Amino acid sequence: MSATPETIRQAVIDSVRAIAPEADFAALDPRRPFREELDLDSFDFLNVLIELHARLGVEIPEADYGKLGTLEAILGYLAARLESA
Amino acid sequence: MDIIRKQLEALPVRPNLLDYEAERAAFSWTAARRSLDGLPGGRGLNIAHETVDRHAAGPRSTRVALRWRGRNDAAQDITYAGLRDLTARFANVLATLGVEAGDRVFLLCGRIPMLYIALLGALKHRCVVTPLFSAFGPEPIATRMEIGAARVLVTTASLYRRKVDSIRARLPALEHVLLLDDEGGAALPPGTLALQPLLDAASPDYEIGPTDPEVPALLHFTSGTTGKPKGALHVHQAIVAHYETGRLALDFHSDDVFWCTADPGWVTGTSYGVIAPLAHGITQVVDEADFDAERWYTILRREHVSVWYTAPTAVRMMMKSGAEAARRHAFPKLRFIASVGEPLNPQAVTWGVEAFDLPIHDNWWQTETGGIMIANYPSLDIRPGSMGKPLPGIEAAIVRRTHDGGAEPVDDPAFEGELALRAGWPSMFRTYLNEEARYRKCFSGDWYLTGDLARRDADGYYWFLGRADDMIKSAGHLIGPFEVESALMEHSAVHEAGVIGKPDPVVGEVVKAFVALKAGFEPGEALRRELLGFVRKRLGAVVAPKEIDFVANLPKTRSGKIMRRLLKARELGLPEGDTSTLESA
Repeated sequence: MSATPETIRQAVIDSVRAIAPEADFAALDPRRPFREELDLDSFDFLNVLIELHARLGVEIPEADYGKLGTLEAILGYLAARLESA
Repeated sequence: MDIIRKQLEALPVRPNLLDYEAERAAFSWTAARRSLDGLPGGRGLNIAHETVDRHAAGPRSTRVALRWRGRNDAAQDITYAGLRDLTARFANVLATLGVEAGDRVFLLCGRIPMLYIALLGALKHRCVVTPLFSAFGPEPIATRMEIGAARVLVTTASLYRRKVDSIRARLPALEHVLLLDDEGGAALPPGTLALQPLLDAASPDYEIGPTDPEVPALLHFTSGTTGKPKGALHVHQAIVAHYETGRLALDFHSDDVFWCTADPGWVTGTSYGVIAPLAHGITQVVDEADFDAERWYTILRREHVSVWYTAPTAVRMMMKSGAEAARRHAFPKLRFIASVGEPLNPQAVTWGVEAFDLPIHDNWWQTETGGIMIANYPSLDIRPGSMGKPLPGIEAAIVRRTHDGGAEPVDDPAFEGELALRAGWPSMFRTYLNEEARYRKCFSGDWYLTGDLARRDADGYYWFLGRADDMIKSAGHLIGPFEVESALMEHSAVHEAGVIGKPDPVVGEVVKAFVALKAGFEPGEALRRELLGFVRKRLGAVVAPKEIDFVANLPKTRSGKIMRRLLKARELGLPEGDTSTLESA
């Protein structure tokens, strides 16, 4: 799968917006805590991961949740996973 | 499910409560009060003295009171002596600003050290403190601060920007906003003060003024099925119950390291995430981050947690990732696990044995009760699924409401009725702020009526059955449908809304809304998303609905009340029962 940084970013935005339509990515600092800034609780976060899986085909194991703290970290993680897929 | 038998000789530490019946018979709240020191010179009883200053003045002064672990790799250990100075500085800042005893101080922070410092410092200054859950949206924050007439708010620059700035105009009583800079030194918004420089300039000595044990200390909000949230007011001597329940239900011993995973924005996180462990002078772990199974196992192991108090939703999330994930760690210090927030299903009780070699002990209480009322104890056999037996000093009953509005206890193991508690324990709420009538409605004679339905088996174990009202329990948090419906109704397309708790295997219930649209609006995905975003922005993720369905109209009684129960029955495909009083069924 050829995923560019742009398509990954768009997939993240679409996945979050499916759960939290109000999410304002323009105002999001990619280095600040992602869930807190976008107000996603645990339940929302799991649903965002389900959406991401549907869009990118990447299944994220629970042990990796700790690596997904900021938008920057999430984009980096997904890029690496898609690269190695 | 099989009873889990306890073998006292196999326990690593001798429990404080050895013989349940004997302890009950011997117990008195007057004697319990003697475990606390009181203010020097007989000047009363203050939570901050019992939790901080008395330990700082004695052999425990160098012991770690708060072992804070930050979201990234940040860490901070604060000793009792250190906490004494920090809370004194905060109390002096309040004094310098002209804040007086009895004034209301609201806290809106994640689980950062300043939350704990401000909470205890404000209690030193004899203010009434409300920690708000930082995941609330602007609307629940505004509502609670309006009711509480907050004079001081302590928050971070980022939370202020996202959640308070837009509602500031609604809070005329709010004089002082003290901000912690978490945005790298950006200019602070107008009408706020930087807290850190004030603390740096303040004296680390503060003498607590005379504190009557019946003086208000904490204001915790709880949602209602109708009307606005209620502010349950607790007094300083609530600490007598925090101390005793810590001793008996959580089995605190002097060398324990305790971790309560609840946020102080909910009553559990204040009573047991701040007050009870510090009253015992033990070390309390605070984790800033949200739930993450692997992170939690690491904290349990690395911080040598010995007593752990968590919640069913977290346990069920850990269960999803399997006991092996826990088994990859070793927890040689961990000796007691308790859970609260909603009933712990039997599978979760026994999963504790698979993952930690320890069963999980459910207990029960509410915002109004201030502390644990019914519990499973280290020495008591567990009947999985039961909340256990009443604490020594607590008299519980299952009552039947009589037609004249009274309540009478029913002593029948088959009887399913409302759980009631005999009024008079120290941490009982003293009123709902400005709502004396609603407060009185919670009592019948001597009995406090909890609104929870339960039964008591022939051996005295209590079993939770459900709520007597329409309140929603999601991830252990009590959510009032009215607050959610009101927020939805603010949207121009919404004619009316009914909100229920939809059962969910992990979080207990999720908030689900049924919306009827005004004439001229068509249901559809775009509008559903617009409503979802609209209501999330107002309420925050923890209160907002996770699902919105459009309906042509909502079932109502003849008097016009929305029949949430019927909405729920339909959602679950259950029989709808007697619908004869409905307007539209």
